[in-house]
Amino acid sequence: MIIGLDVGGTHTDAVLLSSKGIEKKVKVPTDPSNLFNSVLSGFTELLATIDPGMIKRVVISTTLTTNALVHQDMGPIGMIVSAGPGINPDFFKTCDHYYSVAGSINHRGREKAPINKMEIEDIAKKLKKAGVKYIGVVSKFCVRNPSHEILIKRILNKHFKKIFLGHHVSGNLNFPRRIATTHLNAAVFDLHKAFFQAVKKSLIEKGLTIPIQILKADGGTMTLESSMDFPGQTVLSGPAASIMGAIPHAPANQDVIVLDIGGTTTDIAFLVDKAPLLEPVGIKRGRYKSLIRSLRTDSKGIGGDSTLRVNQGELFIGPDRQGPAMAFGGPAPTPTDALVVLGVMDEGDKDKARSGIHEIAKQLALSDTDAAEQIFKKCCSVILKKTFEMVDQLNSQPVYTVHDFLEGYKLSPQKILVLGGPAKFFAKKIEELYQIETMAVPESSVANAIGAALARTTCEVSLNADTEQGIMTAHEEGFAEPISKTYSEDDLIETAYSLLREKALNSGADTENLDEVEVIEFQKFNIVRNFSPRGKIYRTKIQLKPGLIKGFETVLH
Amino acid sequence: MLKASNKTGLVFFPAFDWAIDPTHPEREERLLYTQDQVVEEGIFDIQGIIEYKPELVTARDIQRTHFCVPDEKSMTTESHFISAGGAIAIANAVMNKEVKNGFALVRPPGHHSMRVTHGGRGFCHINIEAIMVEYIRSQFGVKKIAIIDTDCHHGDGTSDIFWHDPDVLFISLHQDGRTMYPGTGFPDELGGPNSKGSNLNIPLPPGTSTEGYLYVIRNCILPILAEFKPDIIVNSAGQDNHYTDPLTNMNFSAQGYAKLTDLLKPDIAVLEGGYAIEGALPYVNLGIILAMAGIDYSGVVEPDYNPEKLKQSVSITDKIKKTTDQINDYWQQRNGFREKSGKPGELVIRHKEVFYDTDNIFERQKETIRICRDCGGSFEIDSKATPGHHILGVHIPINACKNCREKGYDFFEEADKTKYERIYLQDRPKNHYEIK
Repeated sequence: MIIGLDVGGTHTDAVLLSSKGIEKKVKVPTDPSNLFNSVLSGFTELLATIDPGMIKRVVISTTLTTNALVHQDMGPIGMIVSAGPGINPDFFKTCDHYYSVAGSINHRGREKAPINKMEIEDIAKKLKKAGVKYIGVVSKFCVRNPSHEILIKRILNKHFKKIFLGHHVSGNLNFPRRIATTHLNAAVFDLHKAFFQAVKKSLIEKGLTIPIQILKADGGTMTLESSMDFPGQTVLSGPAASIMGAIPHAPANQDVIVLDIGGTTTDIAFLVDKAPLLEPVGIKRGRYKSLIRSLRTDSKGIGGDSTLRVNQGELFIGPDRQGPAMAFGGPAPTPTDALVVLGVMDEGDKDKARSGIHEIAKQLALSDTDAAEQIFKKCCSVILKKTFEMVDQLNSQPVYTVHDFLEGYKLSPQKILVLGGPAKFFAKKIEELYQIETMAVPESSVANAIGAALARTTCEVSLNADTEQGIMTAHEEGFAEPISKTYSEDDLIETAYSLLREKALNSGADTENLDEVEVIEFQKFNIVRNFSPRGKIYRTKIQLKPGLIKGFETVLH
Repeated sequence: MLKASNKTGLVFFPAFDWAIDPTHPEREERLLYTQDQVVEEGIFDIQGIIEYKPELVTARDIQRTHFCVPDEKSMTTESHFISAGGAIAIANAVMNKEVKNGFALVRPPGHHSMRVTHGGRGFCHINIEAIMVEYIRSQFGVKKIAIIDTDCHHGDGTSDIFWHDPDVLFISLHQDGRTMYPGTGFPDELGGPNSKGSNLNIPLPPGTSTEGYLYVIRNCILPILAEFKPDIIVNSAGQDNHYTDPLTNMNFSAQGYAKLTDLLKPDIAVLEGGYAIEGALPYVNLGIILAMAGIDYSGVVEPDYNPEKLKQSVSITDKIKKTTDQINDYWQQRNGFREKSGKPGELVIRHKEVFYDTDNIFERQKETIRICRDCGGSFEIDSKATPGHHILGVHIPINACKNCREKGYDFFEEADKTKYERIYLQDRPKNHYEIK
């Protein structure tokens, strides 16, 4: 049996799955000031009647890091960045103890200016004096040559508890994002470590001794141990849990829209042949941009509990939430109240809902029913409009080869899967309004926990080879080996596969879920100088795709 | 938080799967290191910098500018359609005011392609800026356009296309034609009889450094632009003036390029040549992007940059001053030149020879134009390529007067069908293209 637990904004959901299906589901309120208690009470209820020895897998998804990021609740961090030519690195300042230092590496990974050891030692003294324990070190083009980061770490090692290096974060280029991501890892490390050690301890006390897996923003999992180097990867795993929970109900070989309609917001994502679309570079949320692998999601500030208002005869929905719907004792009318008034939804206090909607109807000069109908339709149209804007955006992404320009994949969704509290009501209405096959995901109120339980381990490896310089490197993995002039494309892919396999097993993957590997990038260039070929550059990126572990999917139908 | 003070559009189309041939300078690898630098700098994350996907031009777009012989398809690959489409995507974004300015980092380049094109010259098959300019004129009704070609090679293709057009000011600054392909672009090449002075060529001596380039911009180009008052400024942004370029002999720098862009303030920049792909392009392109977006570019310096070593000699400085004085003088006399070029209604004949180095073709042209004070004047070009075709192309300019429109049709109808394999009509006022 396996367990998935997802700490959401309002509820913590947990499920116990066996090869027969859902054995048990639990919903407890989330206490935002004490997430540990929320997790613990979820487990306590779930395990009340179960022998912990039967549990083979546990996956937890929390908003711990997201909250820390939103509330800027982070300890003092030291950041040392070395930029070389280009944009002034002070633009990317993440914290007070931010030092830009000498040293430069170019795009081919060649050293252009050395690190100044004295300078680093001076900074180390200042940071120590300021009481800083965790350090992030990032150099420009470190993914091509991390030697400066490694050198700086060596100088700092004896003074600090833990040092995070930029080249471990991702194989992708993007210096500002790498700075932000390295900073995030350093900043949430303490919080993350304390929280999960406490969780681990109490689970062991309950007799659960198997390794704990944690859900990442890309809809994959990693073990608690490997998360300690990249705690930032758990940021925004909330939407990922739900989206993964929709996959069992998505048809193969089709493009599908996933809508997770919550209380305040609706998350929007896409599946292509049962695999979720990923952000090309990393998580983006408003001004925050990172290199953290993540599902491609966007959210619209509209949900079942959004506040309704009328301004100059026009209806506005959200983006704020003042509380639950009036039908459930809330202070202001919401779309949920409209559903109650329309008789679409049976639960809740009908009279309270009607009194709220009546206020809106008066201002719109409509009958209560007509107003409720307008509210319902407008919710659907706002969500769908945003969704189709995303489809257009995805389809107009720039590409860099003639082949991709002419043959590039065009997303054309044929089906919508809806999750969240009011999923079944919305599904029906959307299908009626837009003539697209729309379905509410069964067990949609715990689909997030199911998604967490079933998510498989994911990871990505970037491997570059440069036959002119005679080296292949995957610096993110600490891998570098010499190569000969006869090195080929096949050698590259073979090495990339074996690195990926190793990385996946280290992150907690089991051998039977290692086959969904995909080459997501491959480039080959001749290096020519003075009209004669000097070698080849190969670049590849391969991933273990986000998806579900084997053996459970069919029992959920 | 980094924010662009000018909203800037970028099209980045490195055509990673297109080359003239595997070891040719115009090959897949050319923009690879630029891409690395631009992506590592996080350019596309900067608020106010917007990346656009290239559009795809059609044969119709090319027909506004070229007589492709025998037709558009045999002259181009898909990559040309996307490259020109990249320039057009930026033009749309700028003209629709989605952005203040824009830079199309596209390849292949185009500024050596002339109005009649029988094949490839100087790595170019079709002229992507000219196609963009004609698109802007047709689509948005813009009248006056200035094109400043800062590629190290004379922009002879663009010069040819707008030779007779008084509404397009074309200024090329380049390494002296006596020392460099294509061997043209001397100060006395000033445009056709109806448009003398709207084509200006500023040859620079080998060894010109940042100081010399900026002198020309400040003392010649900016004052002339201020007088011409263009509705939009286009920069053919070649990057081969760089001190490390393998094909040229100049001493320009990334800081210089950024400063030049800052002074010139082009509405649209389109990448042209530039073949120091590792040591120059990443920094030069970054400098141009930052300058266009109004972001501090002072840190964009090549790792091996040594301004002392690149200083230009006093004699170079003197030569440049003399040339700019001469150009300013020509510019002031432009109206007088046009008066002296003939009486309205007269026909003036010009002979021209064109060599296509990329495709090894030799072309002879005989061009006949109607003298006109009211428009650029209709003309016909008798063009014979060896090996290749013998054709006649008739062009009626976009702002043509009534007499020139009629004369254009006379050229077309009176052409001897037995003499030419094909006779083309490019009627810009009617946006019409016809072959017989």
